[in-house]
Amino acid sequence: MTQNTYIYILIMALVTYAIRVLPLTLIKKRINNQFIQSFLYYVPSVTLAVMTFPAIIHATQSSISGLLALLTGVIAAWLGASLFSVSLACCAMVFISELLLFPL
Amino acid sequence: MKSLSSIESGSRSGKFSAFKNGMRDGIPIGLGYLGVSFSLGIAAKNAGLTAFQGFLTSALVKASAGQYAGFIVMAASAPYVEMIIVTFIANIRYSLMSFAMSQRMNPDTPWYHRLLMGDYITDEIFAISIARPGYLDPFYTYGAALVAIPSWAIGTALGIIAGNILPMRAVSALSVALYGMFLAIIIPPARDSKVLTGLILVCFASSFASSVLPWLSTLSEGSRTIILTISISSIVAVLFPRNWEGEGT
Repeated sequence: MTQNTYIYILIMALVTYAIRVLPLTLIKKRINNQFIQSFLYYVPSVTLAVMTFPAIIHATQSSISGLLALLTGVIAAWLGASLFSVSLACCAMVFISELLLFPL
Repeated sequence: MKSLSSIESGSRSGKFSAFKNGMRDGIPIGLGYLGVSFSLGIAAKNAGLTAFQGFLTSALVKASAGQYAGFIVMAASAPYVEMIIVTFIANIRYSLMSFAMSQRMNPDTPWYHRLLMGDYITDEIFAISIARPGYLDPFYTYGAALVAIPSWAIGTALGIIAGNILPMRAVSALSVALYGMFLAIIIPPARDSKVLTGLILVCFASSFASSVLPWLSTLSEGSRTIILTISISSIVAVLFPRNWEGEGT
């Protein structure tokens, strides 16, 4: 090991901080371009949807329990459950379905 | 979502209630972080990090895939310049989120709030902050960060110390908490909008396709997220343009 772990950590911290803070601090004007407004309106939903699937079915021990968690989450959120309840329902679904899939 | 829309900023009690709401909404994030950072800690341990170093990395960097990529660089003892490039590529999507947030800030927000708020842009804290109507409230974001970030850092340290103690089924169950939260954010607005419903289905399908297609699947998850976010959002923005005239006032 010729490299110092703390310098690695410092590099990671500085680079990510710059990425996160520069647009927020430098762009102070409202951008009136309709394309950019629409683009930015859709960005959160698109990013989150893309990150959710198929990642959710790879996160669990079995893709079946991941898929069940996805369905549970969609239904609970559709019915208007809170952030916390939806999240908890997904965890519970994985736990219970894995108890059945891989009995103790 | 009802509670998310109760916003009264400006006054001292408004700041406090925003902070409290942020802390409340930070709880599921913190739970999810605990599971994810625990498994991240196992990767950190393999890269030779001590519990303290893992804690420090998580507290400062706050990026799951980005940190994972960084640990791989450390494990290889690669040159520092490689760490700069890898960190940049793995985390560049945060600049998109930061850009989106810049358009939802109250113009009177002082610079130090921007410097501090920006540091807490993670996928999850960004998502719950931007899901609230009107101007972004820094205190809501701080409340969520106060709950979520320590559990991210502690989870990483625990993963390094006790990687093999927590039963797999518990880690497995916790690991979907974050996705459950994402669903709780994207599904409710889609109920009233066919465009958003269709959009989510298209996102799921293309994300799945990109994870199995020959060239795309070799890219990191972070790169795929950026490519899909930019291309899908651009197409939808052209097909279904939106005006924000009602927002932020």
